[in-house]
Amino acid sequence: MIGRIGRVLGLAALAAMLAMGGAMASETSLGAPVPWGMGLQPSGGPVKDAIHSFNTLVFWIIVAITIFVALLLVYCIWRYSASRNPTPSRVSHNTPLEIAWTVIPVLLLLVIAIPSFRLIYFQDRARDADITINVTGRQWYWNYAFPDHGNFNFDSRPIPEEELQPGQLRNLAVDEPLVIPAGATVRVITQGADVIHSFFVPSLGVQKYTIPGRIMETWMRADRPGVYYGQCNQICGVNHWFMPIMVRAVTPAEFEQWVGQARQRFAHTMPQQPVGVASATADTIHIAAARQ
Amino acid sequence: MAHAADAHGHDHHDHKPGFVARWLFSTNHKDIGTLYIIFSLVAAIVGIGLSLLMRIELMTPGMQIFADGQMWNAYVSAHGLIMVFFVIMPALIGGFGNWFVPIMIGAPDMAFPRLNNISFWLLVPAFLLLGGSLFVGGGPGAGWTIYPPLSDAEYQPGPAMDMALFALHLAGASSILGAANFITTIFNMRAPGMTLHKMPLFVWSMLVTAFLLLLAVPVLGGAITMLITDRNFGTAFFDPAGGGDPVLFQHLFWFFGHPEVYIMILPAFGIVSHVVSTFSRKPVFGYLGMAYAMVAIGVVGFVVWAHHMFTSGISVDTRAYFMAATMVIAVPTGVKIFSWIATMWGGSMRFDTPMLFAIGFIFLFTVGGVTGVVLANAGITQILHNTYYVVAHFHYVLSLGAVFGIYAGIYYWIGKMSGRQYPEKLGQIHFWMTFIGVNLTFFPMHFLGNQGMPRRYPDYPDALAGWNLVASIGSYISVASFVFFFFVLWATFRRGAVASSNPWGEGATTLEWQVSSPPPFHTFDELPRIR
Repeated sequence: MIGRIGRVLGLAALAAMLAMGGAMASETSLGAPVPWGMGLQPSGGPVKDAIHSFNTLVFWIIVAITIFVALLLVYCIWRYSASRNPTPSRVSHNTPLEIAWTVIPVLLLLVIAIPSFRLIYFQDRARDADITINVTGRQWYWNYAFPDHGNFNFDSRPIPEEELQPGQLRNLAVDEPLVIPAGATVRVITQGADVIHSFFVPSLGVQKYTIPGRIMETWMRADRPGVYYGQCNQICGVNHWFMPIMVRAVTPAEFEQWVGQARQRFAHTMPQQPVGVASATADTIHIAAARQ
Repeated sequence: MAHAADAHGHDHHDHKPGFVARWLFSTNHKDIGTLYIIFSLVAAIVGIGLSLLMRIELMTPGMQIFADGQMWNAYVSAHGLIMVFFVIMPALIGGFGNWFVPIMIGAPDMAFPRLNNISFWLLVPAFLLLGGSLFVGGGPGAGWTIYPPLSDAEYQPGPAMDMALFALHLAGASSILGAANFITTIFNMRAPGMTLHKMPLFVWSMLVTAFLLLLAVPVLGGAITMLITDRNFGTAFFDPAGGGDPVLFQHLFWFFGHPEVYIMILPAFGIVSHVVSTFSRKPVFGYLGMAYAMVAIGVVGFVVWAHHMFTSGISVDTRAYFMAATMVIAVPTGVKIFSWIATMWGGSMRFDTPMLFAIGFIFLFTVGGVTGVVLANAGITQILHNTYYVVAHFHYVLSLGAVFGIYAGIYYWIGKMSGRQYPEKLGQIHFWMTFIGVNLTFFPMHFLGNQGMPRRYPDYPDALAGWNLVASIGSYISVASFVFFFFVLWATFRRGAVASSNPWGEGATTLEWQVSSPPPFHTFDELPRIR
């Protein structure tokens, strides 16, 4: 047993070193689990910022409720044990008290509900998206398309353990990350191909199923250049656990450069008349892509 | 509240049929209840065994003992379905419900004894089908929620998934028949003077549960029938290529699935009310509020199902509605928690094993309840949906809630059911082992979920190794406590003290404590009169 524990602790230390190794490499890992982490992953953008601040409110409310109930229980156990209180009371009604413990939770829920509504309408969809990407979940890899940039698309597959380079995170690193410009509002359109998957990047506060026959929309924004990891989050078959998501946010200049290269590398995936499409407005492309 | 003629010394009238007639063709509610409890214990060995294998796999990163993800998915699915349909429901509803609803309302038996028998015997082939499906092909690897397209023939070929679906059909038929039986019994067979508002809270909880079953399970039956025809007969209810919709299945499944979670917890609410009242030597505080809180939970429980689908693309206004409706359930649940505490307040409390489990239930259900409030918020669920935070939440309300309710019920009533009282010291050891084990298992899962670990993963990023190790160690303690529970049972039957008709003293007021332990084969020769 002790040997096993030691091995796991060793692994945890190794993971920490790997994470640091990733940090020492050219780009910073801004969104990934950390050893013994207890809270939410750090925020990488405005959606997650909003979730964080609301979550903090709810967290302290539920902690207070739990402590309150625990204290009441402990007090009862101490004060009303048979040895301390041999004769029980016969009280079984107290209308004001019963009204109080109905009304006060309602008020608490209102305190939670109002910012909660604000949050979901903020998360729902992008007001003014800078770029649009199409995400398709497939068994067991992701496909990303860039309809605003000639509609090239590419597959993003996990890197098997034996091919990992130093600094790459096991079960999180992919061969072709999704590249987005930092600071840009990204409209994410998800669509299904085979079974249901879930596009889930915790540090960017984004999650949406990819469902066959449906086209759904959400949005995200990475405030700083860096790498944000996620994983498929809806059971999808044998390799459900091995279809990670890697979002690399880069500066707008680097993004333009990457797009230029990507249009060369993935030229075979582009539609026949890319010029006209590329110059159309983002909305038209979005609708065109959605209709495919 | 109750007063019963103590007219049950007539052992010479207490004819018991022979073994086969008594246990295979049973029409006696107590015998059928016993069969259900034994069945539940057997299924628990399998269900907990599967979870032990899962925790061994997850103890360290990398694939350890599972061949591949399909095997893992099949085990995860089987664990969930077995625990829900073959452990918790049979123990709480079939077991304690059959045993104590008729006695508590002063009825000689259930309304339809033979229907009762078939309800039980449908469960056995259902369990064999589900258990067998693990050994056929790749097993039913679509999660207990069996969402298509993953559960379609294209992605789960072979008979394993069909076996699991037929198992659900049989278990569902069993539940519906049982529910009809309970409703009829409770409405028509109460002893003279036992008005609805004098019924013990456990009977109230079973009444609400039976209505939930009657209204929810047929919807599951319809959904899985459509899935079966999609798989085998070329229909396209859930296949977009044929004009169907995978999201339709999710709506149907959760229209059943959400009431289902209250089906599992309401009977435990009833048991905890009795235990708290008995061991505080006080009547239940706010009886009517307690009864109607359960009714409210049952009613509202039917209109919140889509909070399981916040990331399935339902519109933002729909999310807003389901979020608000879901949070409303916290109110009647809070009424119950505070009423239990108020029942203790001013009481004269003894801390026998059933009471320990009941107090543990109240606290841990509170923890599971408040994380439910977190998850009700679609905004936060956007990053917690399907993570280990959800796994932690529902194991807190079920594995630590419903299961603690079952244990409280077993220790509370085992003297009544078997005629022998459990050894108190062993019961207390069992409680503390279970309490420490399950908390160590499930509390760290909140952290894993916050860190973004998705559920149904046999392998995970290395950074998550620490809390997974803690959870696995906790699960080993939990499994040890389950093994220890069998030792407690053995010690009870082997050398437990002979139980009097009421071992708990003046706090135990319901009718079952007025009859002998165990009650005569035919409980009431004359109907008791309730003042």
